[in-house]
Amino acid sequence: MGDVFMNRREFLQSASATAVATGTGVAAPAVFSPARAQGRAETLLIVSESGPNNLDIQGVGTNVPGYEANWNCYDRLITHPMKEVNGTPYYDRDKFEGQLAEDMKVGDMSVTFKLKSKAVFQDGTPVTAKDVKWSLDRAVTVGGFPTFQMKAGSLEKPEQFVVVDDRTIRVDFIRKDRLTIPDLAVIVPCVYNSELVKKNATEKDPWGLEYTKQNTVGSGPYKVTKWTPGTEVIFERNDAWVGGPMPKMKRIVWRMVPSAGNRRALLERGDADISYDLPNKDFVELKESGKLTIISTPYSNGVQYMGMNVTKPPFDNIKVRQAMAYAMPYQKIMDAVLFGLSKPMFGAPAGHQTEVAWPQPTKYVTDLAKAKALLAEAGYPNGFETDISFDLGFAGVNEPICVLVQENLAQLGIKTTINKIPGANWRTELNKKVLPMYTNVFSGWLDYPEYFFFWCYHGNNSVFNTMSYKSQAMDTFIDGARLAAATGDKAAYDTDIRGMVDLAFADVPRIPLFQPYVNVAMQKNVTGYEYWFHRRLNYASLAKG
Amino acid sequence: MLKLIGSRLATAVPSLIGVVIVTFLLTRVLPGDTAAYFAGPAATPQAIAEIRTKLGLDKPLPAQFLDYVTALAKGDLGSSLSTGQPVATEIRNRLPASAELTLAGLILALLIAIPYGIAAAVKQGTWVDHSCRILTTAGVSLPVFFTGLLLVYVFYFKLGWAPAPLGRLDAFASPPPEVTGFYLIDSLIAGDFETFRASAAQLVIPAVTLAIFALAPIARMTRASMLAVLSSEFVRTARAAGLTPYKVIIVYAFRNAMLPVITTLGMVFSFLLGANVLVEKVFAWPGIGSYAVEALITSDFAPVQGFVLAMAVLYIVLNLLIDIAYGVIDPRARSEA
Repeated sequence: MGDVFMNRREFLQSASATAVATGTGVAAPAVFSPARAQGRAETLLIVSESGPNNLDIQGVGTNVPGYEANWNCYDRLITHPMKEVNGTPYYDRDKFEGQLAEDMKVGDMSVTFKLKSKAVFQDGTPVTAKDVKWSLDRAVTVGGFPTFQMKAGSLEKPEQFVVVDDRTIRVDFIRKDRLTIPDLAVIVPCVYNSELVKKNATEKDPWGLEYTKQNTVGSGPYKVTKWTPGTEVIFERNDAWVGGPMPKMKRIVWRMVPSAGNRRALLERGDADISYDLPNKDFVELKESGKLTIISTPYSNGVQYMGMNVTKPPFDNIKVRQAMAYAMPYQKIMDAVLFGLSKPMFGAPAGHQTEVAWPQPTKYVTDLAKAKALLAEAGYPNGFETDISFDLGFAGVNEPICVLVQENLAQLGIKTTINKIPGANWRTELNKKVLPMYTNVFSGWLDYPEYFFFWCYHGNNSVFNTMSYKSQAMDTFIDGARLAAATGDKAAYDTDIRGMVDLAFADVPRIPLFQPYVNVAMQKNVTGYEYWFHRRLNYASLAKG
Repeated sequence: MLKLIGSRLATAVPSLIGVVIVTFLLTRVLPGDTAAYFAGPAATPQAIAEIRTKLGLDKPLPAQFLDYVTALAKGDLGSSLSTGQPVATEIRNRLPASAELTLAGLILALLIAIPYGIAAAVKQGTWVDHSCRILTTAGVSLPVFFTGLLLVYVFYFKLGWAPAPLGRLDAFASPPPEVTGFYLIDSLIAGDFETFRASAAQLVIPAVTLAIFALAPIARMTRASMLAVLSSEFVRTARAAGLTPYKVIIVYAFRNAMLPVITTLGMVFSFLLGANVLVEKVFAWPGIGSYAVEALITSDFAPVQGFVLAMAVLYIVLNLLIDIAYGVIDPRARSEA
């Protein structure tokens, strides 16, 4: 047994030694027949912690893995081309290319799409403008998340979607909004085989949500051929796909492996091809071992922050909030919790000019003396008592952050209790807006500063303004930036964005900590990984060998 | 015998009604708002309210309970939100996976524990007895997830003898046509020896993990009950009469020592189905244990209720079987009923 209870370092050294000895990339013991070996070469095996609960993003309560299934089985009118960021293909936020559409004409108050003539659904029926209208109508009508996401781009009513002829569809704007066209390229406005869904709809379920939950009826690069919830999803390539270059992998097998240790073992042994939800520490160690390709990309438009409820004492006092911003153990969090796998959102140089970008670092650094002075000024020289809450669903990162914060605050005389909230309960608690202090992440699909600020800082008090922050000046900046973006007034836009960022940092209702990374680990022979705003895998570009 | 079965079944009815009521109430007082959870991170209060209405969670509790019982009477256990499937189908599909694993673990444990327990009792105070004590203590003290991870580490990661811990079959094999739901049996029925070998290989390490855990109570109970019987007068008489040690130990002593072992066995079996939860997590085994835990984490009522109900039925059936087994082994148990 002595050999088994090695310390972690020895474990890793011997682990890499075995893996070198056995070789990577081939699963020799698992394959018996040549037919299976052949299947192995044409199949990509993905392992992740959890799987989809619904194959349709427009369904009730579809989870994030469900978005991945939907993304890969359906087409949208338009999508983004790739550009390169730090050597990784990265979706180009500002450019669009046709997926189902071969042509897009943007007018003053509408945009018109011409569909590709060869576009067919997976059952062979052609994709028509009627299908597109039906699908967009569905997105703005079914309610819940899809409808909400459409609204973010001012896509609200079925009347906005007009069938011009069989292959032409026009989307009318209800107001000028720079986010309307980007919002047509997110996952939600995907195009369904409307006749097929209607055939399987019932009176109680006119949009056929029950049917599309189990069946993928799009024109996308893959289709789900087998789905065993909680166990595996099997995708087969759609050879008639016209939305882009023909995908390389014939089959994708997505297996759910709940234990992170086993996912790592599967990768290191070469049995799994790709995985993307391992603890940060594992990613760092895998990166150092050099046996796998590890790609880390910052979440676009995403920040992990420490939020404070500004409606109640002591955090209604701006001096207390600033003291908190000086009390955060920023660097310790970067080193001990994230192992460097995140982008710091603190410590910008004193003379640094605020950029027209988001996220960007604050000028705060850990300075307990300054924090103490600010607390004394605010009338809390001996500190106070409060709670720090976090979501247990992401305890791996959240718990150590809260413990480190607790330690620092104790030095200021602030007594804190750490409040662990189960994943199922987290959003309910957060939405009540009563937690005094908590850590959380927000990231937006649409990568625009005003989009982030509209949800997180605007006085209309959306669910993501978890601090209940209200400021007349802030609202003026945000509304100004949205208007300037819609009308193309760059000077006004830049001023407003700088204004809102400066105000957010001065008032600090929430303290930015870091920009998390999306970490993906894959075998050396796997290529074609692309970073998308939804942060999930795009199967069509992946290749092996 | 029939009277016994009948009376046993009759006492099961109130327990079942109790289980239905208690699980319904318990799942409702669980912290967490199903609607908020499934509305997703980007949900507005209206979106959450819409989902709540869709799920019928805005109705008062008695109305929800009535809905539940009416559906239950039709055999409808509701639908899981986290997997999107009807609960009845899920349980039907997953139970064989759990049962195959549990039975394999139990049989393995029996094969080791009973001879071991007998040997320890017969050779009381020798090294056999001491090693039995060490093994059983280790077996109960090591948490199953730890044993599981350890075995995966040694036999899969280090030695490469075991297949990847990817559930019942490796990712590139397809399951045999379903007859019983037990892959080992189904693959033999289909005459597909490659699948049989593959699924047997997948089963070994998780079954050993469970067996190590189940070994302890069975071996200890066998030992203790054998010791009691071995010191009784009829054994002494049998020995004095010059019967062979085999006849004394196995035919006379063991048969009499079996009753408490059978009771323990029933307990261990139901216990294993629960312990499965962790083993299933470690080995990505698609059984009902991991299903129920996942549902609990997401406040997904229907599967939790379905799971508890299924387990309650299973317990009742199991206890009935044990009672019948009692009657077969010991005629006195029959007349007492």
